[in-house]
Amino acid sequence: MPLIEAKNLRKSYGALLAVRDVSFTADRGEVVGFLGPNGAGKSTTMKLLTGHLRADSGSAAVAGHDVAENPVEAKRHLGYSPEGAPAYGEMTVREFLRFAADLRGLADPAERVRATLDLCRLGEVAGQSVDTLSKGYRMRVGFAQAVIHDPEVLILDEPTDGLDPNQKHEVRRILKDMAARKAVIVSTHILEEVAELCTRVVVIARGEIRCDETREKFLARGADLNAVFRQLTA
Amino acid sequence: MKDSPSSGAAFRAVLRREFAGYFRTPLAYVFLAVFNAFAVSLAFFVGGLYEAGVAGLDRFFLYHPWLWAFLAPAAGARLWAEERRQGTLELLLTWPVTVWQAALGKFLAAWLFLACALAITLPVAFTVGWLGDPDVGVIAAGYFGSLLCAGACLGVAAVASALTRSQVIAFVTGFLGCFVLVLVGYGVFDELLSGAFSSGAIDEVRRVGLWRNLEPFTLGLVDARPAAYFLSVAFAGLGLSTVIIERR
Repeated sequence: MPLIEAKNLRKSYGALLAVRDVSFTADRGEVVGFLGPNGAGKSTTMKLLTGHLRADSGSAAVAGHDVAENPVEAKRHLGYSPEGAPAYGEMTVREFLRFAADLRGLADPAERVRATLDLCRLGEVAGQSVDTLSKGYRMRVGFAQAVIHDPEVLILDEPTDGLDPNQKHEVRRILKDMAARKAVIVSTHILEEVAELCTRVVVIARGEIRCDETREKFLARGADLNAVFRQLTA
Repeated sequence: MKDSPSSGAAFRAVLRREFAGYFRTPLAYVFLAVFNAFAVSLAFFVGGLYEAGVAGLDRFFLYHPWLWAFLAPAAGARLWAEERRQGTLELLLTWPVTVWQAALGKFLAAWLFLACALAITLPVAFTVGWLGDPDVGVIAAGYFGSLLCAGACLGVAAVASALTRSQVIAFVTGFLGCFVLVLVGYGVFDELLSGAFSSGAIDEVRRVGLWRNLEPFTLGLVDARPAAYFLSVAFAGLGLSTVIIERR
């Protein structure tokens, strides 16, 4: 059974059909890159997978748990960082991660917080309130809360958005280290990220999947990835 | 040691975070000071608690519906509006916690905070005890009724907070809702309704007034009906806010 399974997901906002019959699977060891223009339906698909939004029809399952029928169990196996990495601004980084650990009922939450601070290189800002952090650190905090429980499934909405090249490299490095043990979905606008990080590419435009293939196959479409992207999303 | 994910852990974590959240900013201390100042000032300078020469706190509790109508929405405005504004609602609801658990944790934390505000006024009761020989049971019943009244106002505030991402709008909406519940039962409200409703119907409407339900407690009567009224409003508000967030 795949760790992530979407079957004919459909979601509309009023008259706008944001996601139409999206189906795909992802298994352990896969890093699936979600590519698509703004408003293509990437974030909506992710919100449907995490159970934040309810699908009009179709189904989604995380680690074998249907997100509509068994949402709490599905969410236990899931780490999710929404776009912009929201966090409780008045809490310090350590307090915020401790809250995430406590809410998930993790054993030895203090140790989990310490390990996650180390993993995400947040130690030096652990005592700072989230509101005072730079965007790069905020994104890392968002990433940290998503991985604190070492989930089987990781869904990250533009995790490298706004990061400088060094920070991007760092996030990708951490993701690569984890990837063998997890199914990861990463949405991105950065086509180079596909080559560097992903094992599979799903291109979404106007709410539907335009291409779902291995990285190698996607890269073989042409040397100019921007032209490939434009062609697929036209 | 193994992870022990349970609904209780999620609820407790939300309750702790929310309660501690009140004290992360100076606003909580301002809130507690304002509540204390108004509660005492109204009792002594408007209600004439000292001049009355009676060893009791009925004149102190008389103004509590007004205080709660203003301050419960102030404390409750952040419940959901702040989550929406910060974008953390999406985060919270993709963690393994149900909306109901999160809502209950938030609501009880806010109620606990209001209980702290009420506890700070206890020196008033000690002063009355020092000056005279009050019935401790009557005073305890008054405090209990006031706390229930605060819960009812918080129920209204929770609904207002669930409807918007602006704490200001949540506060104003919550205050207006509570204000109506305070006004019901006052003479001016009866006059407004007298043209359209019979006296029997007006009397029924008066039953939902905050003071009408708090008054028995201030007389030392811990009656099930007003207690059920306050709890019904509190938990109806909690339930409605949960539904609003679930259908966001």
